[in-house]
Amino acid sequence: MDFDYSDDQKFLKDEARKFLAARCPPSVVRGVLDDPAKSYDAGLWSAVAEQGWLGAAIPEDYDGLGLGRVELCAIAEELGRAVAPIPFASTVYILAEAVMAYGSEEQKAAILPRVAAGELIGCLATSEGPGVITPSALQARVEGGKLFGVKIPVTDGDAAAMALVLANEGGRPGLFLVDLKASGVKVETLESLDPTRGVARLTFDGAAADRLGEAGQGFELVQAILDRAAVLLAFEQLGGADRCLEMAREYALGRYAFGRVIAGYQAMKHKLADMYVKNEVARSNAYYGAWALNVDAPELPTAAAAARIAASDAFWFASKESIQVHGGMGFTWDVDCHLYYRRSRQLSLVAGAPKLWKERLVSELEKKNAA
Amino acid sequence: MDFNDSPEEAAYRDKARAWLAENAAAHLAEHGEPKPTTPEHMAAGKAWQARKAAAGYACITWPAAIGGGGGTPIQSVIFGQEETKAGVGYGYFTIGLGMCVPTVMAFADDATKQRFVSPAVKGEEIWCQLFSEPAGGSDVAALRTRAVKDGEDWVINGQKVWTTGAHYCDYGIVLVRTDVDAPKHKGLTMFWIDMRDPAVEVRPIHQMTGGREFNEVYFTDLRVKDSQRLGGIGDGWKVALVTLMNERLAVGGSAGPDYRQVMELARGLSGANGPALKDTAFREKLADWYVNSQGLKFTRFRTMTALSRGQTPGPESSIGKIISANQLQDLANTAVEAQGEYGILTDPGLSPMEAAFQNSLMWAPGLRIAGGTDEILKNIIAERVLGLPGDVRVDKDVAFKDMPTGR
Repeated sequence: MDFDYSDDQKFLKDEARKFLAARCPPSVVRGVLDDPAKSYDAGLWSAVAEQGWLGAAIPEDYDGLGLGRVELCAIAEELGRAVAPIPFASTVYILAEAVMAYGSEEQKAAILPRVAAGELIGCLATSEGPGVITPSALQARVEGGKLFGVKIPVTDGDAAAMALVLANEGGRPGLFLVDLKASGVKVETLESLDPTRGVARLTFDGAAADRLGEAGQGFELVQAILDRAAVLLAFEQLGGADRCLEMAREYALGRYAFGRVIAGYQAMKHKLADMYVKNEVARSNAYYGAWALNVDAPELPTAAAAARIAASDAFWFASKESIQVHGGMGFTWDVDCHLYYRRSRQLSLVAGAPKLWKERLVSELEKKNAA
Repeated sequence: MDFNDSPEEAAYRDKARAWLAENAAAHLAEHGEPKPTTPEHMAAGKAWQARKAAAGYACITWPAAIGGGGGTPIQSVIFGQEETKAGVGYGYFTIGLGMCVPTVMAFADDATKQRFVSPAVKGEEIWCQLFSEPAGGSDVAALRTRAVKDGEDWVINGQKVWTTGAHYCDYGIVLVRTDVDAPKHKGLTMFWIDMRDPAVEVRPIHQMTGGREFNEVYFTDLRVKDSQRLGGIGDGWKVALVTLMNERLAVGGSAGPDYRQVMELARGLSGANGPALKDTAFREKLADWYVNSQGLKFTRFRTMTALSRGQTPGPESSIGKIISANQLQDLANTAVEAQGEYGILTDPGLSPMEAAFQNSLMWAPGLRIAGGTDEILKNIIAERVLGLPGDVRVDKDVAFKDMPTGR
């Protein structure tokens, strides 16, 4: 039984926190928030690449650091704390993880070293409108190796050079790698709830598509990729939720009302205690997810779902109640609360809303129970 | 992150499992599974405790010299897990060995320790803890039971309440007021007492569950010797804090049906649109319960990790009862509601799982109060974990006798 970060992992996490405190203060986040032309902070992206984080879990043969997934979780937690405005999740948790798990040798050699070097930003393009994409509703199609269709919204689609696209091929869903800089691709940046992360509409009109993994397995592949990403995203959510609790605590300890600090009022104490409880439940579930991801355990689908549900709940609660604790100040543009409120929504929706994960979790439990 | 046992832990688990397989079977062959609260059940509990003590599986973390197992905290947790799986376990000793006897060990003289520790470990004598009073529930230090010095002895008068197991206990530790002129926390003293003394009257409390596990205890001129004092005169609050710290280690998750049982129930129940298990709202609740249950389980694993690394567990363990007690109430209610009109039935012969959901529904309010209310536990998290200021205490510097009482 060893249910915590190791000393080395803690060291890595501490270093990541120090690095981000220096390189990703709120002013960097606001630089992206306030500038519609910017979909991410390029300086921070290069700095993160230099740290080796983009290739932390990529094997050394592909120019990565060859560390485990738990190390990646530790980095994710710190990126979440800093609400880092970079396409890290799309590139590292989704594109790189998908290629490592399902790519051919050729695809790995072409993609992974570029990811590790910070030269290739990725994105996942599945959605085609409001609601959930289903096999019968899937419109995008691949004919003769060319992709046609519209994907909206695509997180980091405006910054990415490569997309993982879900599309029908011969009437069966598949997953395809598409070079977004080649011809036949139109990229339009869209306004979103969290402008610190880019969102786009991608229109494909005969773009070259290279299949990833088996034909006809598109939906299964996407789910397996999202299972992996869900654990890493849960750590970002956890980091954000922890920071919300810290900010609320600091504010409540410094703010006086009716002659004493508001942190002394039981209504405030209980609100902060509730945040703490949710964060600890999220942390414990996330650790289990990290273990399952790291050893590719058969429990990964349930562990990932539980981690995601708990982390989505914790971050949502912490981000909204942190604003409440800050009172009117929390409602202003100048106080950082809304950065976390926005990010909590972005992170909860980017890989499927909690409702979907709850259904998936119960379905898995039913299977387990029936077996 | 590894959720498996280390080689040493696995070896200990194997050993414990082998011992349990053999001894649980022998124990059950001898005693069967008598109905709780019967004398046969108590006898079986005592026999099981004695069997464990002889094998070094009682009080695993205590030194072997005083009857313990000379083991580590993580071994104790592992044995507890395996004992639960083996389906043998009795609740009679939790409070005594978890809270009272550790207090005796910390504050009594050598002769007293010699006299009491070993019989308690072997299950020969059972202890209870007498702190709560009608006037002091969450505000324990507001208690009014008086002890007055009379020559070499003390004379105790007053009333305690919510005393678990007082009706079958042999000894107890009691917190009493010895100085009414001091502020409430400064005038308390702790003693151990003989529960069989005729000056101690135990009256079972009829609970909303229908059961009678707790008691009122009345003292009428109960004489105790000064040598029965645990800690200094007026130091009772400090002694009580040691007891209460041990309480948090001793009180585990609440027992009762979990999401698996509700899932099983819902599989066979019809809802408005097919089986209840297919109802979306119901499934979302199931998912939340699972996530919370797993969260608590893995939080315990984090505590065990800290213990196995030789660290002191962090404050994360304080969240357990807030979640589990509330969840049990919510889960039981959902299961009862899902049965429709039939859910009113508590007949064990008719109701699913012998009316376990209905029982839990009635127990849950007590679980949310016992051992610290939700509100007190949140205050503890806020103050001790998050470092927020304490509540305003207007009685802090007031002599106890001048405190407003309201009744």
